[in-house]
Amino acid sequence: MTLFTDTFLIALIAGIAAAGVPLLLAGLGEQLSEKAGVLNVGIEGMMLGGAYLGFYIAWATESTGLGFLGGILGGMLVASLMVLFCVRMGLNQIVIGIALTLGAEGATALLHHVQFSRLYPRLSDVATWRIPGLADIPIIGPALFDREPVVYLAVALVPILVYVYRRTHLGLAVQAAGDKPAALDSAGQSVLAIRSFAVLGCGAMVGLGGAFMSIVGAGVFVPFMTHGNGFIGIVLAMLARGRPLWVLFGAVLFGACLSAATALQVAGVDIPTDVVQMLPFVAVMLVLLIAGRNAKLPAALGAAYVRGER
Amino acid sequence: MTDTVQTTDAGQRLRAIGGVLMMSLGPVLMAFLLSGVILLILKVNPFSYYGYVFGRGLLSPTGVQATLTRMGPLLLIAAALIVAFRAGIWNLGGDAQFLVGAVFCAAATPLMAPHVPIWLGLLAGAAISAIFGALWALVPAFLRAYQGLNEIITTLMMNFLGISLASVLVKLVFLDPATTVPQTRTLAVEDRLPTLFGTTISSGLIIGLVAILAVHFMMTRTAFGLRLRVVGGNASAAVHAGLAVPLLTIAVFAISGGLAGLSGGVAILGQYGNVRADWNPAYSLSIVPLVFLARFNGFAAIGFVGLFSILSIGAESAARRTGVPNYFTLVTIGILLVMLAVSEYYSAKRQKAGA
Repeated sequence: MTLFTDTFLIALIAGIAAAGVPLLLAGLGEQLSEKAGVLNVGIEGMMLGGAYLGFYIAWATESTGLGFLGGILGGMLVASLMVLFCVRMGLNQIVIGIALTLGAEGATALLHHVQFSRLYPRLSDVATWRIPGLADIPIIGPALFDREPVVYLAVALVPILVYVYRRTHLGLAVQAAGDKPAALDSAGQSVLAIRSFAVLGCGAMVGLGGAFMSIVGAGVFVPFMTHGNGFIGIVLAMLARGRPLWVLFGAVLFGACLSAATALQVAGVDIPTDVVQMLPFVAVMLVLLIAGRNAKLPAALGAAYVRGER
Repeated sequence: MTDTVQTTDAGQRLRAIGGVLMMSLGPVLMAFLLSGVILLILKVNPFSYYGYVFGRGLLSPTGVQATLTRMGPLLLIAAALIVAFRAGIWNLGGDAQFLVGAVFCAAATPLMAPHVPIWLGLLAGAAISAIFGALWALVPAFLRAYQGLNEIITTLMMNFLGISLASVLVKLVFLDPATTVPQTRTLAVEDRLPTLFGTTISSGLIIGLVAILAVHFMMTRTAFGLRLRVVGGNASAAVHAGLAVPLLTIAVFAISGGLAGLSGGVAILGQYGNVRADWNPAYSLSIVPLVFLARFNGFAAIGFVGLFSILSIGAESAARRTGVPNYFTLVTIGILLVMLAVSEYYSAKRQKAGA
């Protein structure tokens, strides 16, 4: 088939990485938060916070590096509200999550309107890091090993998190905070501190994912641009059953759905944009239909921890 | 003796009423206050902004009629949410159920209308919207009932799917061949729901009021409603009590989705007459906090929906005059939801301190 030219394949694989990185970061972030017992429905809002602040700082300072830091900060800002209301005050995590998502949608759109009115300034291309040797492999090389540093960072987070969860005291404490917080408390560790750490860590990863969407993916900030990517992150975390590696597989799968449709459009196959936008969600629902029964969540997920209460 | 007892009784009742009022109105006032601070930061006078909002939404004759007309679909959404939330089911997919219902209603009704009596066309249109809304809710329903999958996620996913599906259907399938703008065929004005008493208020308002009161009484006064509330309160207790939890779950989703779909139908049959491409008013997620604020009570929900309707109609005109975009309403709703949760926190704390 003439469709499968080298350029098409490179675009396809590069597209998987571009679409998959935000999903991967969102999934890993949600996983961290859920392991510690906080169901983070506000993740979409954190992603938007990261997308906006990341874009704004990259635009204002003309430095993508600072932009990514801004994205991390933006995600953590929204996450700090989650910490205050859900971890410290123990309010309903679902209500606050929806509130943060709605509030962040409105706030970022409003800020964008105040800052840029109806203009959508575009950022220049982000510099890539070329990995010598690997980048010379045909097709895969230019698609995967000549990429923005954030792509490598996101993938590197997977083994790092596996190590943290399996081998470190911190990882054990995070999982105890989600499975049996009272036991963690008896062991002399603060459940609230561990959960706060997990939610802020989630905000940082998710915010970085949002910044990746606005700075690398689109090059612009558009209101509501995360378009459910944060929610797909929740699905990834549910299906991964606590394994970071499975989040990576899921992100590749859903990234492929997004990328395939876009690549086909580029290749001249006529698919309406609305259908393209449906594909990842169709894939999510199909996977949930097939594998949904196996989704596993921590025992104390969604329950606020109050010391001395049973 | 009796006097002191009576006074403490009256005092307690007063305090209880005051508590309820504070719990409901306190968050609203706080949300307005904080939104006002944000307006100040945006260098907009909050008094003139809210002056425009209430001047248009509540005090001008055309504005009030628009507010009351919009209340019809909003009340149906609120009814859909009350059924689900009281049964412990987080149906957050109302936006797609609304749109899917609206699109199929708008596709079918204009074709039927010339051939049947008006009432039959309207009835069929409403039924179609409710059926398709319910169908759209069935996927999350089965996943929740038989796979135990959290419906928050699945309904949100079905939202994104449904919104895209609606615009695909409008652009490709149900396109009106007579226009170049992508939209469905338009229902003639004389075939729409009648307006009330010579005003422009659509009788959808009546449908909405009837629906929310019916839902309120179903949930609080009937055996079926009690069963649903038991499922919502404690699903494993419901299993032990011999209730068919999966079937009840599916029934809840079907009723909730049906009402949300009917809301879309009423918006089309009463007000818009057609669906344009990419139309998505996204009422449902905004109504969620209001239903919480009303503590799932139908009567209170009518009041809050009225307030929201004023805000959303008024914000459109205030946006034109003050340059504050419509997004601002979203911020207000987000703050309102947080304030609500905070007030709940303090009332729980007070109760514990009292006990």
